[in-house]
Amino acid sequence: MNNLLEIKNLYIEAFYEDRWQPIVRDISLNLKRGEVLGLIGESGAGKSTIGLAAMGYTRQGCRLASGSINLDGIELFDAPDEDLRLVRGSKIAYVAQSAAASFNPSHRVIKQYAEAPVHHGIMSYQKAEKEAIEIYKRLFLPTPEKIGYRYPHELSGGQLQRTMVAMAMACKPDIIVFDEPTTALDVTTQIEVLAAVKEITEKMDKAALYITHDLAVVAQVAHRIMVLRNGRLVEEGETRALIKNPKRKYTRELLNVRTLREEKNITDKMNVILKIEDVAASYTGQDNVLEDIDLVVRKGRTIALVGESGSGKSTLAKVITGLLPANNGSITFLGRELPKVLKKRKKEDLRRMQMIYQMPDTALNPKHTVRKVIGRPLQFYFGIRGKKAEDRIKDLLRDIELDPDIYIDRLTTELSGGEKQRICIARALAAEPDLIICDEITSALDQLVAEGILNLLQDLQNKTNMSYLFITHDLATVKAIADKIVIMLEGKIIEQGKKKQVLSPPHHEYTDKLLASIPEMDPDWLDNLLENRPSTFI
Amino acid sequence: MLKLLQQSPLSARIGMGIVILNILVAGFAPLIAPYGETSVVGDVWESFSARFYFGTDHIGRDLFTRMVFGARNTIALAFITTILSFSFGSSLGFIAAVKGGWTDQALSRIIDIIMAFPTLIFALMILSVLGSSITTLIFTIAILDSTRVYRLSRAVAMDIEVMEFVEAARLRGEGLWWIIRQEILPNAMPPLIAEFGLRFCFVFLFIASLSFLGLGLQPPLSDWGGMVRENAGAITFGIYIPLIPAGAIAFLTVGVNLIVDWFLHLSSGLHE
Repeated sequence: MNNLLEIKNLYIEAFYEDRWQPIVRDISLNLKRGEVLGLIGESGAGKSTIGLAAMGYTRQGCRLASGSINLDGIELFDAPDEDLRLVRGSKIAYVAQSAAASFNPSHRVIKQYAEAPVHHGIMSYQKAEKEAIEIYKRLFLPTPEKIGYRYPHELSGGQLQRTMVAMAMACKPDIIVFDEPTTALDVTTQIEVLAAVKEITEKMDKAALYITHDLAVVAQVAHRIMVLRNGRLVEEGETRALIKNPKRKYTRELLNVRTLREEKNITDKMNVILKIEDVAASYTGQDNVLEDIDLVVRKGRTIALVGESGSGKSTLAKVITGLLPANNGSITFLGRELPKVLKKRKKEDLRRMQMIYQMPDTALNPKHTVRKVIGRPLQFYFGIRGKKAEDRIKDLLRDIELDPDIYIDRLTTELSGGEKQRICIARALAAEPDLIICDEITSALDQLVAEGILNLLQDLQNKTNMSYLFITHDLATVKAIADKIVIMLEGKIIEQGKKKQVLSPPHHEYTDKLLASIPEMDPDWLDNLLENRPSTFI
Repeated sequence: MLKLLQQSPLSARIGMGIVILNILVAGFAPLIAPYGETSVVGDVWESFSARFYFGTDHIGRDLFTRMVFGARNTIALAFITTILSFSFGSSLGFIAAVKGGWTDQALSRIIDIIMAFPTLIFALMILSVLGSSITTLIFTIAILDSTRVYRLSRAVAMDIEVMEFVEAARLRGEGLWWIIRQEILPNAMPPLIAEFGLRFCFVFLFIASLSFLGLGLQPPLSDWGGMVRENAGAITFGIYIPLIPAGAIAFLTVGVNLIVDWFLHLSSGLHE
């Protein structure tokens, strides 16, 4: 069988620090008709860059340095823009990570579907409409006859991602590049999209490049997997063989399921740090987005608040911190009831409850240095300045495993994502809190980096006996660190209890769905799931 | 900062050259000017010669001398006014953005009312009531101009205010002043600096147009806008004289804008 796509010895360079530096080095790959190749690696591994290069495209500031990209007999390396335009969309198509950001919000979905085929002169608008409905049907979209006539904001994230996949199919390309199509989605929605991808690649016989950082996801759809790191190939192999028997250390690290922490015993006798009773809250004053919330956080323990987007878990964090005053119930912290509004709370209470955010990029002022970020709480809460503050900042940096001499004078923009999150942790630690609220703190990070952060939090907890309220949608994280689990759905707590108790059957119906949706490192997992639960997708 | 200057593009360097030249001329006016600012030294509208580099104005004063002193008055006035309008405008804008709610509503509506009047008419009204002293001139223009600055800084601050590092500061219990000065201001600087350059030019032109209407700097003080007005009649006789101060205004405006463009470029995060 002939190769549809052949990339040979590809080098891609990016312009930074005043010169061209290679970001992808010596990558070769072949893709046959009907084959799905998974590209996996952490951010900066060059996987998206390779995906785009397969279309003869590079992001601004990058260039194809050398090598060859042969798409079904057409050489794309250094091809004139005219030729590339003819190929893109019609022979090879691209599905981006964020469908929401990739659709034009002011046009109906189906009109955007028809744009490419009409433009390429492949079919008339009417015909494109008809075909769109066909494809929507195949991708299990609800009411396929009508759904295309909605605007992008009228569709859910998973639906939007599937219409995006449909759009990529519009010109009947031979190859589709999927660039992290499920990364921004909840686990239960992720399955819908994975099913759609599988439908296309298997039943419609298209070749695909599937780019992701999640090995368990790629195992479901890819025939072969290439593991990349820092623009270089680490390992390549058939999916089953690679998962069963990884040759390189890096692949094994990626494969390692998070080490399950020894669950700490939790009893009713332990000191209560935070107690929330019958809390309700709303943004508008009427419709409550949170209702009947009761939970208890005990000293030195980690409680995980789990739910999908829109379940109200971040809102609950806002209510606890006082940013969004609760309109009912009480919040008791260290034995005293807290005022509901942030402004009325005492400085001492603020100090003892700290927060760490999901996006370390926006949680740190880009104009501040590490010294200032960590030094401020020291000065603000304890009045520590000068030499003393300097020593304390250095201690804190050591605590979070960063070298003080290297990092103390850096601007926050000069740090990587993981380092930023560590600085956020240090900022919280500087206040010597009793409780840290962690709002999705690992979901913006690469797997191995996230694991480092979780381990760090564990060590710190063992040292200082702090409590964590850990908000997350990622059940793998929960399994790794929680002592107690609270599951939220639509603003209510539907189940809570000790970790073992919640994770072992019998489950609440929703918990069951949530647990079943976490991809497992088993290539047959998705097929089995789809066979057993076809009703999920309608 | 020095590194930034080294990396500046040619256009910005030309702009800086122009601005520095103007400032030097303004600063050393008495040393450079060959005659007194108000002394009549020649005939009306004499052409340029070795005695009068730019010729003479409508009552026979040396135009070069007037230009040099004019630079001083015009630029100093514009600079003070712009600083004032930025201090008013941005601090109010930041307060409105951070406090929100009632404070924001009250401030914004007052600003809306001021903005509802055409600026020139508003200025004319105030200046004809209070008389056209330099202080009233500065304050009137500064307040009128600060409405635009308010709008901009409020919008910029609102974008920053929703960032989590501001939320983190609030949760820490920081006061309004700290949030504005430490969290918001450093991040709002680039667009504000860019706007500063633009506003500086507008003030400049505004003073010129007020002078043109006779409400700006009063004679015999020289300013470039006023000089255009005084000598406007010459144009009918085909005499170039009013073009010189007009050209100086254009020259400085272009210079400032070259720098501003560079700042805009920097603040948009593009580095090529």
